[in-house]
Amino acid sequence: MIVAEQKTLEELKTLISDAKKVLVVGCGTCVTVCFAGGEREAAIVASSLRMASKLAGNSKHISEVTVQRQCEWEYLDQISEQIQGADVVLSLGCGIGVQAIAEHYPDTWVVPGLNTTFLGLPTEQGIWAERCSACGDCILGLTGGICPIARCSKSLLNGPCGGSEDGHCEINPEIDCAWQMIYDRLDHMNKLHVLMDIQPPKNWRVSRDGGPRKIIRQDLRLSEIAEE
Amino acid sequence: MTPDTTSNGYVTGSNLEKVLHAGIFAVTGELGPPQNADASVIRSKAALLKGACDAVNLTDNQTAIVRMSSIASGTLLIQEGLEPIIQMVCRDRNRLAMQSDLLGAFALGIRNLLCLSGDHQTFGNHPTAKNVFDIDSIQMIQMVTDMREKHSFQCGDMIKGVEPRFFVGAAAAPFAGPIEFRPYRLAKKVAAGANFIQTQLIYDIEAFKVFMEKVRSLGTHQKAYILAGIGPLKSPTMARYMKESVPGILVPDFLIDRMVTAGAPWKGKKNDELSKEEKKARSEAWKAEGLQICVELVHQLREIEGVAGIHIMGIEWEESVRLIAEGAGLLPRPDFTTPAPVTEEILNDG
Repeated sequence: MIVAEQKTLEELKTLISDAKKVLVVGCGTCVTVCFAGGEREAAIVASSLRMASKLAGNSKHISEVTVQRQCEWEYLDQISEQIQGADVVLSLGCGIGVQAIAEHYPDTWVVPGLNTTFLGLPTEQGIWAERCSACGDCILGLTGGICPIARCSKSLLNGPCGGSEDGHCEINPEIDCAWQMIYDRLDHMNKLHVLMDIQPPKNWRVSRDGGPRKIIRQDLRLSEIAEE
Repeated sequence: MTPDTTSNGYVTGSNLEKVLHAGIFAVTGELGPPQNADASVIRSKAALLKGACDAVNLTDNQTAIVRMSSIASGTLLIQEGLEPIIQMVCRDRNRLAMQSDLLGAFALGIRNLLCLSGDHQTFGNHPTAKNVFDIDSIQMIQMVTDMREKHSFQCGDMIKGVEPRFFVGAAAAPFAGPIEFRPYRLAKKVAAGANFIQTQLIYDIEAFKVFMEKVRSLGTHQKAYILAGIGPLKSPTMARYMKESVPGILVPDFLIDRMVTAGAPWKGKKNDELSKEEKKARSEAWKAEGLQICVELVHQLREIEGVAGIHIMGIEWEESVRLIAEGAGLLPRPDFTTPAPVTEEILNDG
């Protein structure tokens, strides 16, 4: 899932400072599951901002609504009246949600309420950890299902650097060394020989380095069917 | 057979390569470039190292702190009559920048290169910087070896004209995790093309012997020259810090005890109770013991099969390189600048 964190109230106040009517839009998918921008958080953010603006002596009209997914037009269509009636939309969606609103409502000013952080999972209650960098060329089949691109601080492809000690990464003892984990798992699976193959330089072109990415599936495109 | 007059059978013919090729126990030193643009810093440090070692490493933004570039520093070193080993890390350059800088480094006369991953930028003075890590150190070794042997760029395009020919080095961290994998990681670097290896600082000889035994069982010592890392301890605090806080360095307790004993005459006094002269005397006593430990370590390392030399890291104490080399009986260093006289035997052979 996409994992995000809420911006500070101070930053949110600055982002909406010019507006009289503010609409806080929550999202019912990833950011709900990571407790950053779901229905509950949208209500809390809205009431905090309401209180803050009242205390500051410039009372704003702040309302909130949550859609199932901010990243699909059909869910945004359901709240078009509320969006268009606001001076500012404060999106509690991920970066995709914010941009979906901006793209779908060209006359609406939308600002982010979250910092979209990474693609990851909850490892235990209250802890989320990064797992994927969306590099566009998955190598998990070579590394026992542990990603060195996302989880090694240096994204190394041929084994651990000299900074791995007691299973931890040199940059922070809170971070597990991805290559120690890969080694242990391959050892466990009797596949350590895989580590002796030299992995060639990665093709970063299919990652963000090749420019913004787009997938076109002709088999799924409605316009193609219409043309036939 | 027509002798190859260009290379005489050497990969690149650097002084370091000639020393190692001749089977002479090699000594390399290290020079940290300044955090400014002052060439005189390099020149004065070069004077301390001249004649004390066969080649000198120039660190590449070590500990992720901006310093004069290793290539520029290396060029200054050549002007002073020393041979540089330029370090290059994967943190700051992508494959384009690396290859471009290496073309330039070779054109400037640099012949030795040490390929490293690089300390993470969060340690340094620009912790908010974006890192690169386009390729890793093993891929860099492969890339520069292909530039030399296949005359090709990483993309496969041919290098038309002069190809950069480097004596390629790599680092080994024998005691970092996972420790069982370390001899194999070294073997992998050599398989990628590394000609010489410089290890992390070695203080625990017994542990290093275990590592080298595995290295020998893989035959790696016969495919690359292994130089063991040596560095003088300057105080008990530094010894403890190395042991506890630097990944991949083992410092046995008896060495820490020796450092403590060296400072025994000043024991029981806090820093602010010592006069300036007393502090200086204590520091000198610690440093003398640190040097003595290094000399002993060098003697022990020479006994280990597969150790072809030592790499002395003075860490802002460049004078120590000469003192250790001298103490270990490794001076004077061999001189390959004048070609060996052609003997009758060789002439007859031809």
